[in-house]
Amino acid sequence: MSARGSGNKAKPLVIDQLIDDRRTRIIVCCGSGGVGKTTVAAAVGLRAAERGRHVVVLTVDPARRLAQSMGLTVLDNTPRLVPGVRVDAAQADDSDQAGSMHAMMLDMKRTFDEIVEAHSDPDRAAQILANPFYQSLSSSFAGTQEYMAMEKLGQLRRAEEWDLIVVDTPPSRSALDFLDAPQRLGRFLDGRLLRLLVAPAKIGGRTGLKVLNAGFGMVTGVITKIVGGQLLRDVQTFVSAMDTMFGGFRERAEYTYRLLRMPGTAFLVIAAPQNDALREASYFVERLERDGMPLAGLVLNRMHRSPAARLSAARSQAAVETLQGLPASESSAIGIAALRLHADRMRQAASERRLADRFTAAHPLVPVAQIPAQPEDVHDIDGLRVIGASFNGE
Amino acid sequence: MSVRDTDWDGVRLHVVTGKGGTGKTTVAAALALALASKGKPVLLMEVEGRQGIAQVFDVPPMPYEERRVAVAPAADGRPGGDVLALAVDPQSALIEYLEMFYNLRQAGRALTKLGVVDFATTIAPGLSDVLLTGKAAEAVRRKADGKPVYGAVVLDAPPTGRISRFLNVSSEVSGLAKVGPIRNHADTVQKVIRSGQTVVHFVTLLEEMPVQETLDGIAELKDVGQGGIQAGAIIVNMMRQAGSPADGDSPDGKARDLAALRKALKAAGLGEDHELAADLAAELADEARSERTQSEQRQLLDAAARPCYELPLITDGIDLAALYRLAETLRQQGAA
Repeated sequence: MSARGSGNKAKPLVIDQLIDDRRTRIIVCCGSGGVGKTTVAAAVGLRAAERGRHVVVLTVDPARRLAQSMGLTVLDNTPRLVPGVRVDAAQADDSDQAGSMHAMMLDMKRTFDEIVEAHSDPDRAAQILANPFYQSLSSSFAGTQEYMAMEKLGQLRRAEEWDLIVVDTPPSRSALDFLDAPQRLGRFLDGRLLRLLVAPAKIGGRTGLKVLNAGFGMVTGVITKIVGGQLLRDVQTFVSAMDTMFGGFRERAEYTYRLLRMPGTAFLVIAAPQNDALREASYFVERLERDGMPLAGLVLNRMHRSPAARLSAARSQAAVETLQGLPASESSAIGIAALRLHADRMRQAASERRLADRFTAAHPLVPVAQIPAQPEDVHDIDGLRVIGASFNGE
Repeated sequence: MSVRDTDWDGVRLHVVTGKGGTGKTTVAAALALALASKGKPVLLMEVEGRQGIAQVFDVPPMPYEERRVAVAPAADGRPGGDVLALAVDPQSALIEYLEMFYNLRQAGRALTKLGVVDFATTIAPGLSDVLLTGKAAEAVRRKADGKPVYGAVVLDAPPTGRISRFLNVSSEVSGLAKVGPIRNHADTVQKVIRSGQTVVHFVTLLEEMPVQETLDGIAELKDVGQGGIQAGAIIVNMMRQAGSPADGDSPDGKARDLAALRKALKAAGLGEDHELAADLAAELADEARSERTQSEQRQLLDAAARPCYELPLITDGIDLAALYRLAETLRQQGAA
């Protein structure tokens, strides 16, 4: 490789070092949908447990069979002990060192309900839980999942029962929405809108802002006109009932945000070696850097490798042509198929490498780990262990 | 001259969904080109703020404005129509909506200042989805001189896991807002989505998880839509050519493959490299395994009894020429 080419080389990201470092307390896996985020998060959890950590993996939306393999059959918001975790041979003689792995699936609505119940008296809680606006807000819709995932992360961290928390983030359209949660909540809580919703009668008289004065009557009129008086009343009832809790909400969101920025946290950006997935990865990396979040590196999942990499695509293709020039036989048919397949594989590997290099050229300081493509989908502990075997950085 | 029958005659809104990583945006773009080759303009919309269309067509990021991004090739002796693209974001859609229906430009500004737009589009349940689907419904219904402006609208929609909720959200909003214009708007949107004019296509790969999500998605659509939202085609993307003649996994078969490979390598001038032969045999066996998985997945998809189109894997990057090729492949299979 030329000097210029080697200057382009990414620093290796050794995930084993990250999980062996006891100071690492939280690992957040983010990335766009379909890159194998949940699988990587589970593999990181398993590997860490088998190297002596007490791990809890928080997943958001695991594929059914993977969830089952981790002993998660119900979505019940409770961490469950994952069966089949092996204690690392080197540490087996010292049982204090034996790790463990729990896993849980996030139940968004229940998490929300729990916050409401914890922060208000039973009457008020019942009132909020019955509010139609609350019911929609808590069970669906953009954003709620991100807030609740982060809330749960905060809870798990405060519980101090685990020394490592691995989080699989929701595959949302902007998967880093959770970073905005505190700010967005803050904007909403400090905003005039909230005051307008809580006390529609007062605000118009008090404010000194011209725009607001001029626009205010019209604005409430417009809102009523568009959403209808009944929905506006639902929202108002909801907001007044929640009023006392909002402060707590923001405090918690800010706590989680600070937690994420602390040195004990590591973000892994997961990507597949495809153009759009890497483009999203670039976006994540830039966003995390901008927020001062501790980025550990990029994990390139499903990289194709050939066991016969010493035979180049070009030589393989040439051999195909040689065989085609010879009289056909059973052995040449298999030879042609194998060599053609190999040439394809090598070309695919080369194109994946090019994409990885392009990412590194744009983000030269971001360490990169690679996980080889598996011939079949991973849906059991053994499969996760195979993935974990690539975390040694070799 | 007779017009060729397609699988979707009478359909005006093509919603394209798929699991992340399946190439949903590329397929939506190819479908838009295929539909435009019938001669009328087609609108391609995206709703996730990723500027995916701009990237696929290699144009600068798009503002909130319908812009021409390509012209479809001529087909069946007719000149191709334009493909216009639009990146919709909920904020702009809300303000546009206020202007269009209430002439409330000023109110829009005041609402933005007060944080109402922010609230409505990020926190208020479902409103942003209503605005996005509402924009698609508006484009479908839009007329000039009494004729529809667009021959078809292709919506690059949220991923499979979210699609039912996304399309059904108006009925959820209808449940929240019992009266008023939002209610009326939601009802109008539902009328378009739940008519014969709308179908939902699922993009998948022949891999376990995307196939499972596709089947789940089709079932959920039926469930949530209560029969009112129509599933369209299953589009299998990134198909690799099959063709491994290997004997597969049996120990006998492996030994035979290996012996044949050694012979072939020698004949091809690669010498007597037993290690290389073993490695290549391993690669073949891998491939045979993945082909078997693929045909299993294929059978699962067949059971869904939807029209099924296949698109080849394009290894050297998607450019306009590749999009034309994919569009033509879709057309030949009856998609447009």
